[in-house]
Amino acid sequence: MKNDPRPVNVNPSDLMSFAWPLAALASITHRIAGVILFVGIAFGLYALDLSLSSAAGFDVLKGLMNSPFGMFVTWGLLSALAYHFVAGIKHLLLDMEIADTIEGSKFAARVTFLVSAVLIFLAGIWVIQG
Amino acid sequence: MVTQVTSFSRNGLSDFIVQRVTAYILAAYTVFLVGYLLFQGEMVYADWQMLFSHTWMQIFTMLALVSTCAHAWIGMWTIGTDYIREHYFGQNANGYRLIYQVICILTLASYLFWGVKILWGN
Repeated sequence: MKNDPRPVNVNPSDLMSFAWPLAALASITHRIAGVILFVGIAFGLYALDLSLSSAAGFDVLKGLMNSPFGMFVTWGLLSALAYHFVAGIKHLLLDMEIADTIEGSKFAARVTFLVSAVLIFLAGIWVIQG
Repeated sequence: MVTQVTSFSRNGLSDFIVQRVTAYILAAYTVFLVGYLLFQGEMVYADWQMLFSHTWMQIFTMLALVSTCAHAWIGMWTIGTDYIREHYFGQNANGYRLIYQVICILTLASYLFWGVKILWGN
């Protein structure tokens, strides 16, 4: 084992020299979407607070969400939520030993990207229509 | 075995189960809220305010928020222990990780109290 050339630690600068199978991309994207949501909860709570404060506050929020910046934030957070949701379902299916083979994980990663892309597209339409 | 004093339940298997249970609660809440927003049609304040005045909705929302905090803590803890290590950050990695973890906990606790205030404080 002493002469095993495999790296024990991986430096971030080495990451690009590795092959990134689709399942690995699906996994790291799940993580990044989770971090975005961690920060995004603040926006969600702010929106909930404003929307329930009064009828006037509700209208202020509607105005904010219809501004270009508000639309971008709303769409961005919905996109992170959509991806994290779909990739999370994949995890829960893995618990049930569904798609836990190499071929299965490739297929599941493809489905994850495809379904979340559709949801992110639909979220964009929903945000634009107000 | 070294017990990770900063993990959610000091026990990886328990953390694993908490992560799953909270995931199901959050998935249910997400599906419910998105469904409501899609099928409610024109959103007006009276309907929205009425929805959140029901005890069941307040409980459902608090369950989702508590689940968010536990779920996010386990996730952020995993990320912190994966990346904030001596190999990447040098000798002070433990200190950096502690600061990171305290910031995460304070943020999540603030979210929780904010949510309580939104539902029952106004």
